[in-house]
Amino acid sequence: MTSSKQALAQPAPSADAAPGSKPGAAGGAHGRGTPPPGSSSWRSRLYRWDMKASPYAFIAPFFIIFGAFGLIPLLYTAWYSLHDVQLASLDHQTWAGLDNYKNLWSSDFFWNALKNTFTIGLISTVPQLLMAIAIAHLLNYRLRGSTVWRVVMLTPYATSVAAATLVFTLLYSWDGGMINWLLHFVGVDPINWRESDWGSQFAVSSIVIWRWTGYNALIYLAAMQAIPTDLYESAALDGANRWQQFRHVTIPMLRPTILFTVVVSTIGATQLFGEPLLFGGLSGSKGGSGHQFQTLGLYMYDQGWIIGNLGKASAIAWSMFLILLIVAVINLLLTRRLRKSQ
Amino acid sequence: MRTSTRRSRRLGALAAVAALTTGLLAGCASDSKDKGSSDGGGGGGKGTTTLTIGTFGVFGYKQAGLYDEYMKLHPNISIKENVTTKTDVYWPKTLTRLQAGSGTDDIQAIEVGNVTEAVQTQADKFVDLGKEVDKSQWLDWKLAQATTKDGKTIALGTDIGPMAICYRKDLFEKAGLETDRTKLAAQWKGDWSKYVALGKEYMKKAPSGTKFVDSASSVYNAALGGESQRYYDKDGNVIWDKSTGVKSAWNNAMTVATSNMSAKLKQFEDPWNKAFSNATFATVACPAWMIGYIEEKSGDSGKGKWDVAAAPTAANWGGSFIGVPTAGKHQKEAIALAKWLTAPEQQAKVFAKQASFPSTPSAYASLKPLADTTAYFSNAPIAQIFSDSAKTIPTQYFGTKDQPIGTAITDVGILQVEQKGKTPAQGWSAATNEIKDVLGQ
Repeated sequence: MTSSKQALAQPAPSADAAPGSKPGAAGGAHGRGTPPPGSSSWRSRLYRWDMKASPYAFIAPFFIIFGAFGLIPLLYTAWYSLHDVQLASLDHQTWAGLDNYKNLWSSDFFWNALKNTFTIGLISTVPQLLMAIAIAHLLNYRLRGSTVWRVVMLTPYATSVAAATLVFTLLYSWDGGMINWLLHFVGVDPINWRESDWGSQFAVSSIVIWRWTGYNALIYLAAMQAIPTDLYESAALDGANRWQQFRHVTIPMLRPTILFTVVVSTIGATQLFGEPLLFGGLSGSKGGSGHQFQTLGLYMYDQGWIIGNLGKASAIAWSMFLILLIVAVINLLLTRRLRKSQ
Repeated sequence: MRTSTRRSRRLGALAAVAALTTGLLAGCASDSKDKGSSDGGGGGGKGTTTLTIGTFGVFGYKQAGLYDEYMKLHPNISIKENVTTKTDVYWPKTLTRLQAGSGTDDIQAIEVGNVTEAVQTQADKFVDLGKEVDKSQWLDWKLAQATTKDGKTIALGTDIGPMAICYRKDLFEKAGLETDRTKLAAQWKGDWSKYVALGKEYMKKAPSGTKFVDSASSVYNAALGGESQRYYDKDGNVIWDKSTGVKSAWNNAMTVATSNMSAKLKQFEDPWNKAFSNATFATVACPAWMIGYIEEKSGDSGKGKWDVAAAPTAANWGGSFIGVPTAGKHQKEAIALAKWLTAPEQQAKVFAKQASFPSTPSAYASLKPLADTTAYFSNAPIAQIFSDSAKTIPTQYFGTKDQPIGTAITDVGILQVEQKGKTPAQGWSAATNEIKDVLGQ
């Protein structure tokens, strides 16, 4: 930033340096061309100023918007998290110090939500990525109508969370839902998908898996198609079969992509909100009667907007932020090790 | 992540596009939910002044044609209704807008569970409507709920929810029970436990696939609606764990939850809606606003099979208010509209269409449900039954966290016993933990 400040400061004295020269459209018009020789002239200063300041001007909209809608709310949330703030009286904030955080530390609901976020994240991310690789591998073969298949893969992702969850909720309905009806034929007793501990987490995960597998598959597919074919040819010459080619050529070449999808999915899993909220029905923010599928996102929503305790909700938001930072650091370390091993 | 340049660049572009679409799609998805309902205003649009009214759920004003009627009477006014389907979305949104002093509608609806919070924390954000109307029109307790300690009335009562029991006559007959509505009412009069006891009778010879009642929570809410002690005392102290009302309603709900007489549904969710048309439960606690609901969800198959009997005790469940925020741009016009909408004549019209019960007693003498509705409920004297209940409802005190406490008891405590097979003691302690979390204890 310092260099731009200097650049900004410079034009001021230049005003009297070249009183005669017209600061007109001409100067701006070929400002990007070769600077005229006499370097101390006003025009060249303008040129230099333009070169230095313009990039900042062009990227400014993002940072201004990020500041207004990202940074300020973030800092304001931090401020809230140190106060006792009720939704119904936002103007009356009383200093609470770290009470909200201490409260979370000793709250069963918070740890429960953290645990659920982790387990739901695990049972949704792992199968999702494995399936995505398998599907991408299949799509990578020469297929008739391959574009159709690829578009179809993306449709679940294009469906809104609300629509998808509504359908799944009906499928998982314990009384008259299709899944229990199918289980009945295999001789399994109906499962109360929403109220059972593992059943509900499985159900929520299945919605996530359904929505995101195709998306990840397409990313893998794009990366697979960038793998040079001669690698496969030489592997085939060495006598490697399809499976061996997949294991020893495709997977290693996909490693950076896999890492990318793992990071994106992990962030998505940490912020999981819409699916469990809608799956839970009318009191969805509780995540079931025993909080069995309440994620951190839901717990924050419940505290802030249902119970109206914005201070505590802010503390949860910041805890989530810190958890994501830790995840990012772990990811960074993994990436480094991976690169070294290559 | 930097490998060969061409690939990583392509991958980068793909990732960027993917990330962008994620944002866009997510934006669309979260917005689209309420959009459908928001633009269902009163039509018109010719007037010079547009008044907006923010409501939740089905308020019945549009259905009863009140907006069109008012616009005909006042050609310079046009009315637009902004509906948010879910109360738990509507209320936080309204609270933040009130405090920001912008974005509120000219008239805002307030649910009975939130009215105390509004009175205690938002009174300066509302116009004192007490000065504008004849306060004696309203039931005393209804008016008191929206009035501050220093006598400022921040909102006018719309409907109330006097209680009855709606029951399937055909199922009662098959189970060998009394089907006459007055004799039935006499059997359980005075005590909800008698109603629950009849449930045990019903289950002995229940038609296959049917239960006595839709859910234990509905019995809890109905019974609590007749108690004078709820979660708060009249000074605003929270007393839920000592409240005699909560205890007796809880005990009745526990009998229901542990004795196989409940269909174990959650009210207002899809399976519950479907159960009406499949006739899988025989009775449902029936505040006046439930009448229209049953008629809609049971459909033609239920016509003439439903009947209405007086509830064990006079009770109230639900009901709303409308207030005029001081932040509104057209206060004078909004006050006039709010007055008109809540006047006894208009409340009677909403009852005729939607069976939402008036909070103004002078309307009671002239109440007439639609002929369709009367036929649907076996010619039961609906207006009479609800009026009788409305007149003897005890005064109840609500608190700022009334709704979350209620949800903790029904959707955690009762549901754990009903659907997860926990014992009543376990359910109670789960609800206790939850309420402590709600109250920040």
